[in-house]
Amino acid sequence: MTEPLLSIRDLRTVFHTDEGLVRAVDGVSFDVGRGETVCLVGESGSGKTVTGESITRLIRTPPGEVADGQIVFDGRDLATLADDDLRDPELERDIAVLRGDRIAHVFQNPQGALNPVYTVGWQIVEAILLHEDLPKAEARARGVDLLDRVGIPEATRRFDDYPHEFSGGMKQRVALAMALATNPDLLIADEPTTALDVTIQNQILGLLGELQDEFDMSILLITHDLGVVAEVADRVVVMYAGKVMERGDVFDVFERPSHPYTRALLDCLPGRGDAGARSIGGKLPPPTDPPDGCRFHPRCEHAVDACRRGEQPPDYAVDGDDDHVVSCVHYEPGGDPSVVRGEEAVPADGGRPVGGDAEDEGDDG
Amino acid sequence: MTRPLLDVDGLVKQYPVTEGVLRNEVGRVRAVDGVSFTVDRGETLGLVGESGCGKSTTATTALRLEEPTDGRVVFDGEDVTAYDDKALKRFRRRAQMVFQDPTSSFDPRMSIGESVAEPLRVHGMRDRERRRRIVGDLLERVGLDAADVDRYPHEFSGGQKQRVGLARALVINPDLIVADEPVSALDVSVQADILDLIERLQAEFGLAIVVISHDMGVVREVCDRVAVMYLGEIVETAPTERLFEDPQHPYTRALLGSTPVADPRRRGRGTKLTGDVPSPSDPPPGCRFHTRCPEVIPDEAYDLDAETWRAVLNLRLRAASQGVDVEAVRTYAAADDGAGAADPDAVRAAIREEFDLPPTLPDARAEEALSGALDRIVAGDVDGAADRLAEAFPTVCRRERPGLVPEGTDLSADEWAAIKSLRAWIATLVDADESAVTDRLERRCADDRDRDGIDRLAVRAAFRLPEPLSDSDAERSVGAAIDALLAGRADAAADELYEAFGPLRESACHLNRD
Repeated sequence: MTEPLLSIRDLRTVFHTDEGLVRAVDGVSFDVGRGETVCLVGESGSGKTVTGESITRLIRTPPGEVADGQIVFDGRDLATLADDDLRDPELERDIAVLRGDRIAHVFQNPQGALNPVYTVGWQIVEAILLHEDLPKAEARARGVDLLDRVGIPEATRRFDDYPHEFSGGMKQRVALAMALATNPDLLIADEPTTALDVTIQNQILGLLGELQDEFDMSILLITHDLGVVAEVADRVVVMYAGKVMERGDVFDVFERPSHPYTRALLDCLPGRGDAGARSIGGKLPPPTDPPDGCRFHPRCEHAVDACRRGEQPPDYAVDGDDDHVVSCVHYEPGGDPSVVRGEEAVPADGGRPVGGDAEDEGDDG
Repeated sequence: MTRPLLDVDGLVKQYPVTEGVLRNEVGRVRAVDGVSFTVDRGETLGLVGESGCGKSTTATTALRLEEPTDGRVVFDGEDVTAYDDKALKRFRRRAQMVFQDPTSSFDPRMSIGESVAEPLRVHGMRDRERRRRIVGDLLERVGLDAADVDRYPHEFSGGQKQRVGLARALVINPDLIVADEPVSALDVSVQADILDLIERLQAEFGLAIVVISHDMGVVREVCDRVAVMYLGEIVETAPTERLFEDPQHPYTRALLGSTPVADPRRRGRGTKLTGDVPSPSDPPPGCRFHTRCPEVIPDEAYDLDAETWRAVLNLRLRAASQGVDVEAVRTYAAADDGAGAADPDAVRAAIREEFDLPPTLPDARAEEALSGALDRIVAGDVDGAADRLAEAFPTVCRRERPGLVPEGTDLSADEWAAIKSLRAWIATLVDADESAVTDRLERRCADDRDRDGIDRLAVRAAFRLPEPLSDSDAERSVGAAIDALLAGRADAAADELYEAFGPLRESACHLNRD
C-alpha cells in the first residue's frame, strides 16, 4: 500500500473547562488513503467532530488544544506545525494554506456556512481568489463551472442569487462547490446530510461519490448514521467517548461487527422490521471523568473484570485480519470473541495486538 | 366501539403571502390541502413525509393550535372546529402534544416538577401536594425517579428530557397524544428507549397517538398505520407492514428507497429522485409528485420507457418553468470543443446530455417533436419550445389530479371523498337525539336546494353522493347509513359507515387505477 494521504496517530485533543479537563479525543489513530472514503461514526459526544476539526485546527484555542499525537498529511506533521509556535506567522500561514487549499471542510448546516448578504457567486469567487491568483473573470468562469458540477441547474443564472434563494439541498451543493474551489486532496464532511431530507440526502451522497472520482480526492465523512456509512464508506472508524472502538473495511465491520459497542449501535437502529430496535442502556460517561479500562464497559453487556481495569484495551485483529481491529479484551490472544458475537467459537489465537496506542502500524495491509 | 377517536376530514390550512406595507395578499401557501385520516383509540398513526410537506401543520391545525382554513375535525363525537374557547380548553385536556426539541420545550427556570404539574394547575387542580404526588408517580412511569421533581431541565440529558415531555403530556390523562418528531433530536442509542416508552405508555393508558416523523425507520418501529404526505396531501395510507412491504404510491417507494440501509451490500440500490420539493405556494397541477416521479406515466401514443419519458418531461418542465439558459449551454459546448463558437449540433447534443436524453429517441414521432423543440431552444425561442414540448408530451399525471382511492373497492376518488365527508359529518351527531339529528339534517340539506321534505335523494345531493355508487358493497352501506340518518339515528349511521369503511388502505396515483 502506498503511504496514506492522512495518517493520524494517537491524537489527543483536550478542552480546559471550568468543570475540569475534557479529553474529547483521547488517543485516536486511523488512516485515510488516497481516493478513499473513511467514515468516522459515533454518537454525539464521541469526539468525531473534534477529531475532524483537529486536523484543520479549527479547534478554538483556548479552551481547546491539540495536546498530543501526530496528524501526518501528505508527509507533513500538522500537529507539530501547530505545536512549535502558535505565534509564528510563517507556520500559521502554512496551516491556513493547507486548510481550504488542500483540505476542505463541509459542515452540517449549509445555512451557517454561507454568508446571507453576499451572492453565492461572490462567495465562491472569494474562495477561489483566496487560494489562487486569478483574474476575476476567470475565477467567475471557474465558479460557474463548479456550481454546474455540483449539480445546480442553470448555474450561470443562479450564480448571482443569494443563499436564501436556494433550498437546503441546493445550499449544501453550494457549500460543496466552495469547498471544491481549490481542488482539495481531502474533504472533511461533518454530517453533511444530517439536516437534509432523505431524498435530498441520497442526491448529495451520490454527488459526493461522483465528485470524489472527478476530483480524485479522499473524503473523511463524519456521521452518526450507520445507513449513510453503509452507503458511502470504504472504511469505517467507530468512535465512543474519545476512543476508537473498532476500525476496518466497511464490509467487514457491517458483516462481522465485533466490538460490543458497534453491535449495540447496529441493534438500536429503528425500523429494520425484524426483532425491533434495542437501545443501549445507560449513558455516555462524563467527559471530565471517563471510566477506567474500556470506555464502554459501564454499558456493555459482555463486560468482565478485565474491562474495568487499566487503559482502553489495545487494538486486536479480528479473525486474524490486521485491517479489521477492535479494542476489546474478548479479542485478545486466547480470548473468546464468541462471548460478544454469540456464534460458534472462533479461536482468537490469530489475534495478536496490532499497533498499540503508541505503536506505529504503517506496515499493515 | 367501531368509531375512531379522531376523524379529520378535508383539513385545509393556508397561509397568506403578503407584500408591501399594506400587506396585500399576493398568494397563498397551501400548507395542508385537503387531508383526511382517522385515529382509533389505542392506535398509533404515523404521519410521514419530507420537511415542508405539511405534516406538522396538519397536527397543529387538527388540535386547533392553529385555526384551520377549512375542513372538519371530529373528536369523540364533537366537532372541534366548532368549539368556543371554553370547549377548546376542555378539549386541550384530552389532546396533548409532545414536541421535537425537548430542550426548548421546557422553561429553564422551572423545576421539572413545576413544568410537569403546570397543565394540572392550568386545568384547575389547586391541591399542591396532590399535584406533586401525581407528578412523582408519572415520572416513575416514564422511567425517571420521583425525586427528580426538584431538578432543573439542564440537569437532564436529551432522552431524559423527552421522557419528562411525555410525562407532562400525560399528566392530565389525555386520550390523544400528538408527538411531533419525538426522537429526531436524540441519538440513535436512546431513540429506541423513547419509542419503546411510547409504545408502553400507549398500552398502559389506552392512548391514541399520532407520531409525526420524517424517519421511515421510526415510523415502522411504533406505528400501526402510516399516512404518507407530500406537498400538503396524503398520497397513501396503509397498515405499517403492508406499506413497507408493498408500497402503492411511487412517492412512498421513493421515500423507502432513499432511506439508507445499514448494509453496504445494498449500497447504490436506492431510488434517486431528481429535483427539490416544489413550493407549496405554487404546487404543480395534476399529481403534485409528477415533477419528480420516476414512474410518471408515458403517453400511450409513444413507445418510450419510464426513464426516457422522465428525461423528456424534465426538459419540458424546465423549459416551462425556469427556462433553459442557451447561452450557458453554448459556452459549455464551445469550451468542450475548444472552438470559438459552438455549432448548433454541439449545443443540441449538450442539452441532451444535460437532461440524460439519448442522442435519438427510440420512438420516431417523439424524436421529431423533441428535435423540433431543441431547434427552437437553440434559436433562442425557449417559450416556443416549452409550448411544443407541452403539446407533444402530455401526461395524465399533469393533466388530472389523482385523489385517494380505497383499496378493494370500485369507488372513484370523488365518491370516496364524499363518503368520508358524510361520515365525518354524521360523527358529530352521534350523541344528538332524534329531533336534533333531523333538525341538523334539514339545515344541511337546505343549503343545497329547496325541497319540502328531506329524503334520500336530498341527502345524497347535499353530500354529492351519486346514486348508485360504483361499488355495490359501498352502495349498500351508504344506503343503510342514510336510512338510519333519516330515521334520526346518527349513531347507527356512523357505526354502519365506520364499520364498512374502517381504516382502509388508500393511495392516490393514476398508476393504481385500471
